[in-house]
This record gives sequence, structure tokens and C-alpha cells, in this order.
Amino acid sequence: MAFEKRIRVTVNGRAFERSVEPRLLLSDFLRETLDLTGTHVGCEHGVCGACTLLMNGDSVRSCLTLAVQADGAEIITVEGHGKAGEFSPAQEAFHACHALQCGFCTPGMLATVVDALRKLPLDSEAEVREALAGNLCRCTGYQHIVDAVLTINTKEEGIS
Amino acid sequence: MPEGRYVGAPIKRREDARLLTGESRFVDDIRIAGTKSVAFRRSDHAHARIVSINTDAAKQSPGVVGVFTAADIEGDARPIIASSRMANYQPTPMQILAKDKVRFVGEAVVAVVAENRYLAEDAAELVEIDYEPLAPVTDAEAAARPDSPLLHDGFASNVLVEREFKRGDVVEALWRPPVKVKARFRVHRKTPLALESRVCLAEFQAAKSHMTLYTSSQVPGIIKDALVKALDIPGSHFRVVAPDVGGGFGGKTSLYPEEALVCILARKIRGAVKWCSDRSEDLLATSQAFDEIVDAEMSVDEAGRILGVTAEVIGDVGAYSIYPWTAGIEPVQVISFLPGPYRIEHYHGRVRGVATCKPPMGPYRGVGRPVATFVMERLIDMAARKLGLDALQMRLTNIVQPHEFPYKTASGMRWDKAGFVECLKDAAEAIEYAALRETQAKAHAEGRMLGIGIATFAELTGIGSRLSASPGMPINTGTETAHLSMDATGGVTARFGVTCYGQGLETALAQVVADEMGMLIEDVRIIQGDTDAVGHGVGAFASRGAVMGAGAAMLACEALKEKLVKAASALLNAPEDEISVGQGALTTRDGESALTYSELAERYYSHMGAVPLEIKNALGELSVSRMYDPEWGTTSCATHIAVVEVEREACKIKVLQYVVSDDCGQMINPLIVDGQLHGGIAQGIGAALFEELAYDDDGQHLSASLVDYVVPSASDVPRMAMRHPELEKPENLGGIRGIGENGTIGAVAAIANAVSDALAPLGIEVTEVPTTPERLFRMLDASKKEMSNI
Repeated sequence: MAFEKRIRVTVNGRAFERSVEPRLLLSDFLRETLDLTGTHVGCEHGVCGACTLLMNGDSVRSCLTLAVQADGAEIITVEGHGKAGEFSPAQEAFHACHALQCGFCTPGMLATVVDALRKLPLDSEAEVREALAGNLCRCTGYQHIVDAVLTINTKEEGIS
Repeated sequence: MPEGRYVGAPIKRREDARLLTGESRFVDDIRIAGTKSVAFRRSDHAHARIVSINTDAAKQSPGVVGVFTAADIEGDARPIIASSRMANYQPTPMQILAKDKVRFVGEAVVAVVAENRYLAEDAAELVEIDYEPLAPVTDAEAAARPDSPLLHDGFASNVLVEREFKRGDVVEALWRPPVKVKARFRVHRKTPLALESRVCLAEFQAAKSHMTLYTSSQVPGIIKDALVKALDIPGSHFRVVAPDVGGGFGGKTSLYPEEALVCILARKIRGAVKWCSDRSEDLLATSQAFDEIVDAEMSVDEAGRILGVTAEVIGDVGAYSIYPWTAGIEPVQVISFLPGPYRIEHYHGRVRGVATCKPPMGPYRGVGRPVATFVMERLIDMAARKLGLDALQMRLTNIVQPHEFPYKTASGMRWDKAGFVECLKDAAEAIEYAALRETQAKAHAEGRMLGIGIATFAELTGIGSRLSASPGMPINTGTETAHLSMDATGGVTARFGVTCYGQGLETALAQVVADEMGMLIEDVRIIQGDTDAVGHGVGAFASRGAVMGAGAAMLACEALKEKLVKAASALLNAPEDEISVGQGALTTRDGESALTYSELAERYYSHMGAVPLEIKNALGELSVSRMYDPEWGTTSCATHIAVVEVEREACKIKVLQYVVSDDCGQMINPLIVDGQLHGGIAQGIGAALFEELAYDDDGQHLSASLVDYVVPSASDVPRMAMRHPELEKPENLGGIRGIGENGTIGAVAAIANAVSDALAPLGIEVTEVPTTPERLFRMLDASKKEMSNI
């Protein structure tokens, strides 16, 4: 077997320690090694944003990140937001506004939205669209996603 | 359909909970122990003879289970051929792996099976293929000429399909009138680009002689019907599952070589084999769209009445005629739909579908109609401009009027009554058309380039068995099945042949079943996307899911209620005609006795002796199955109006406003209807302004990443306003018209017309889409030079 490096990561509050090949992508580490299939891979070259997750509080493309780069990091994937019946505010807003169709881009969208709500004012529709511009969606035409973001009360605690 | 508690209401989707929490299950999320991964070595030549293939090094690579070429799978499948009744049609057998010759960049030549995808890709790199390059056939127009090199040896020409529609006398119509407009229109090649690329996983259970194919497909029924024949597996032992599917838009409606191959390999290694396409493979080898040249001419009298239209279409259908739709699917429908919702007495449309060194052309959202609508709507605006008429008025003059339905179009299609005029007027009212024209005049006076674009069109949705979804195609796309069964608690499980790839059909069909049965929606479960669900199913395409699924559901609910009445008659000891069913219960006419569904089901199934055995034996399980065939199709229509501003210095086109008024009949769920329209419009904006698959003269693909193939982002799409005027419902079951493709069909034309309207002061008419910044720059530059020459 090829050279492997031991890494420790916290994913959705749980600590994992695994040996990985240096070339293993973070997206594949989560999906194949940890079996957390909620993170979706849409392009593997950092454009579509489907694989976006939160790493140490920032939205990150997991297809452009190696698993070894995540050593010591705290990661939140879509599985860590909220559960059916206990949606997070972002999940609730997406559900209420019909902000998803096939749902393939949704995990990445949620990560981007949570990050943007923490860091950006998002006062206007144009700002919301700009914040979402790095995540492609082919189903919704974005309108209901924009609506969902605009309806989330940014003052509310615990947005993720 | 009677408006019930759920139908017509904005019910939040039941799919959402799993999709929002990561509990969804797409094909790549399915875990079967021991699954091997496939990676392909694909052709880097557009047209070449395969001289030799050396797989020795690949076979020695770590983790490799096997390396397969066409020779290694010879005899493992019968030929898969998209046949057709069309005259002069030349079918092309599917190449599962390229044998002897490659015909486009990206065609699969060698398959490597390994323990995981990393190792499979490592080994695929080590395959050595020696090619003898052949003359590339890349330009469809040149390829149609008799002197062109042939893509398929032994063919009469590269023209795979040819068709013609004629009505009246176009020569007379075009000769006589004072006003003519003509242009060569060009719509470039694009791709459906579902965010989930294609993935397929075959599991062969040798001890059971059973094959299961999990595939990200819109049409598990079609895949099953084709592969049981090709692979010679009894239908009872072949199951196709399309679980959660991450978008499709037509790109997942065809049978692909990779789907056949994973089954062949799973059978060979007696296990599970998966292929997960990366984005580059998706751009290289998923079915593509449009790519037509349309030479069209329209003649008009001075009052703006259209007298005649001619259209000569060349469609670039790529290297192979796609299964099952054939190479006719896209280009033939351009001439079928070109006359649109207008009264056109004289029409001549001719089309040739020409094979080139590109991936196969397949169905894409709108199929033919986006291009047909683009051409027709551009011609109308060009004629209106020439005559000094208003674009809206010119359409009102020519559109089929309410008293003229059913209307037979110049290409022979039949429009049943739909709100052509109503939607046109409603959209104009919604956007305050007259005031908008004044705003535009002011903007022009200030030197701003503001444009208004109208597109109005009609399409055929929910097509029954009297018409083929693709011309001359022999498979039946006109029926769908619903199977309902009631369990011992009174809950209903509804199984469907129509599938879902993200539209929300699972929620919509639950709404229909709950209303028809008079039950709570929570007590209805929907199963679809699995060929085990019903005896025969087809899939979701051609705006049929809601029409066919709801129709089948309504028939099945009616039959189930009849059965419940029979059971209740025995249990309540009352004649059947004295029992009514509704609100989740069966009640005798005198109101004395009643049984809820759960009481009835529990007694019927679980109380021994409650129902006389002869009745129970005759009646059987509380389940029914019904097929729905709407026979013809239902017209769906809309008017789109877009407002754009062209920023000259930046060569940027900004879409400022967008309004749609459509006639979609009875809405099952308005949230879903609007979502379908929004998404379709965004894709249409993509086709009008951004999305283009580029190939060079050697057939090399220049846009195999999302950096090169640009799709609209949130800031490229405007806020859209949707209007659904209350109109007479169509006569099909439920009064439903399909809506899935409506957005894309109208948007290409509306945007192109708006851009042309903005550029009208410079004398520019958009005839080529997408209007990328580069094309816009070239048009502006040419007009500047022209102006300075005056």
C-alpha cells in the first residue's frame, strides 16, 4: 500500500483518527472512509460548490481539499446541521421556500448560506445572489433559494 | 379533478427532509460490500482507427481486477439499435466499448476494473492505444455533402435522418407579399448538465441469477426493457432502480453504453461494479443538445399577417443515433414545432440530421421547441421591426384565436384549447407593457440600450400512445401505471412507473392520491424509481410525469374505492349501491353504519370469518392496478417577456425583469410549478447567453470543464414573476398540462428578442445563440465599422 499519513479530524462533533493516502480528497475521505455520503461531489474542480462544507467555521470546497489538510480540523457536513423534525433555521427556510428540487447542490448551498449569514450583511437581494454565486444549482433558478436566505432571521442564534 | 384538500395547495415537499439532512440516497451513496470501480480510457481522437491496444501495464497496476476492451466483451450483449419507422433513416448500433474505430473525443475504448476509483484511474492511465487518425467530420453542413468522408463505413451518407413537412404553397406565399424577412439562425451545442453526473452500479447475484442495476436515470423502465433483451436476462430477474436522482433535464433519458457495460462486467466478475462519471466525462459523453443551423424565411403582408414560412434545418446529431430516441429526436421536432401557436397557411420545413464526430444528440429540456421558438419568435420580431409594427400587436394578429381550437398546425399537430391569447395579454399586462415601452424610449434617448423581448409558444405534453415521443420510434411512451394497495391499518402505498429526478413528483402524486381517496397525506406512501414497483413503467420526460402519474393515480383510486365498497358491503351487510365512500370512510346510505378505512382494512384482513370466504377469495387483496393512456397529448402554452440592458462598454447583458404567464391547467402544487418554471428559465438564459460546448475543427472538445462551460449562477438570473391565469381546463384526467419544459422553451427566444430589441438602434439582430460577451463584442464592433463607413 502506498504511503499513508495518520490524521485526526472532528466531524459533526465526533472525533475520528484514520490513516489516509496523501492524495485522498477530503470529499472522498468523508464519503468513502467515513461513509458520510451527505457531502456531494459535482465537479471535482472547485466550480460547482456542491461539495462545500464548513471547516473550522469557514465554507470550504472539499473536492479541492486533501484529507491530510484537514488534520486537526473541525468539520461540519450536512449531516451535522439538523435532523428531520429538528431542522436548523437554514434547513427550515429551504423547506418552507421550496429552495431545493433534486437536492444534489443542497448540502453545499446550506454550508455556503450558514457561512455567509455569519460573515456578510446580506441586506439586499443582490448581496444574497452574490453570496450564492459560487454554488451552482440547475433545478431552482435560484429564486426560492434567495427567498429562503432572505427569510432567515440573521439575528437568531445558532444558525447552523 | 375536484379541488380537494391537497391538490392545488402549496404543500411542502416530503422529499425535502432526506435531501436537507444528508439522508438522501443517490446511486453513489449505495454501499454494496466488495463493489469494484470502473474507470475508462476514452478516445482523445475525434475520428480514428484503433490499430492496437496494450493493456499489459494496466493489468499489473495495484488493485486491478480486470481490463476490458471491445474484444473482451464480444458476444456479451446483443446489438442495441435505436430503430425507427422513419423513411431514409440510417440507424447506428451502440458501441459499448469502441471497436475498430472511435468517432468522438471521449468515446470509451478500454474499461479498467479495480478495487477503488483511484486505483482504476491509475491503471487507465497506463493503457496504450495506437490510433490511425482519420479525416475528422466536424461540420454538419459539410458532412451532409456527398463528397464528405463517412463516419460510418458502408452508409449512403452522413445524413442519418431526413424529414419534411409541407402545407399550402410556400413558393406562392413567399413570392407574392411585399415584406419578407430571412436569416440563417444558429443555435450552438449545449449539455443538460445535471449537477449529479451519471452514475451506475450493477450487482450480479450469481446464486440467484439476479441482476440489479442502480442508475441515475429518468427512465428505469426503458433501461430495463432494452437491457433484458441485450443481455438475455429474464425480465423477472433484472431490476433497475433509480433512487434519488440529482437532476436530469433529458440527459438521463437515454440508454448509455456505461449502463450496459457495468452489467456485463458485474456478470463477468460475479459481483458489484460501479462507474461514477466525473464532470469532464459528463461534458464529454452525456447526450448533448440543440446544435442546429436553421435557414428560415417568413413572408408577411402589410398588416403584419404571416403568409408563409420556410425552414431548412441542419442538425448536428453527433456520432450515433441515440437509444431509444434516435437521431431524429431533436432536429425533427424543430420543424414540427416551428409554426408554433400561429395561424400559418403556407409552410415548408425540411430537416436533415447529420452525423459528426461529437457525442450523440439526445433529448434535452424542450426538445426541438427551444430552437423552433427561437427561430419563429425572432422572425416575428424582425418582420414587426421591418413593418414598424409593435411586437405584441404582431403576435396578437397571428396567434390562433379561442374559437379556432382544436387547431391543426401547418406541420400537422393538433392544439387542443389552451390560453394562447389569454397568456399573451396577461403577460403584457403583468409587465405593464405600454408603460415599459415608454420607459424604453426614454432609456434609448439617454443612450441606454434597454430591450424588451416577447416569446409566445405552445407545446404538447403528457403524450399518449397515439403519438410517439420521438418520430417513428417503436417503443411505447404513451402509458403509465399506478398500483395502489391498502394495508391492514388503512394506509395506502402507491407505486408508479413514472419516476422523479428532483421535480417533486413524490409529493405531487401523494397529494393526488390523498385527495382522491379522501385520506390524510401522511397515510399515503409513494414508491417510484424502481422497476419492481409496477409490472411495466417508462419514466419521466417530455413533461409527462404529472399528467401520466396523476391520471393513473386517479383511475387506480377509483378502482380501489370500488373494491372497498365491495368489502364494506360484506362487512356491513348492506347492498353495494347503498354504500358511499368518502372522507376516509365507507358509510351506508341511511348513515346508520360506517367504517373508517382502518376499521375496514383491519376487519377485512385480520378478523377471521368477518368476510365470507367466497367473497374474500373473489375480491382478493385490497389493491388495484391501473394504466393510463391519454391517447393524444395536451397543449401547454405560455408567454414570456424579458427586459434586458446591454452594457456596451463591458459587453455585458443584464436580465432586469422576467415575466411568465402560462396555461398549465390544474396545478397540483403551485410551489412545484413555479420551481419548475424558474429552473427552466435559468437554463434557457444559459442557452441564450452562456452555455456552449465548443469543438475545434479537428473535433477536439474545448469546454470539458465548468471553467470553460459556463452555466448561470445566482447573480446571472433575475427575479421572475409567474402568472397562472384561471382558464378552462383540458379534457384529460385531472385537467393537467405538463409544465416541466415550459421555462426553457420560452426563455431562449425571449432573451434573444430582448437583446435584439436593445441593439435595434444599431441595426443588429441576434441570429446566433448563446450571445456570449465575445459574440456581443463582435456584433457591436461590426456595427461600429459599418456606421463609420456610412
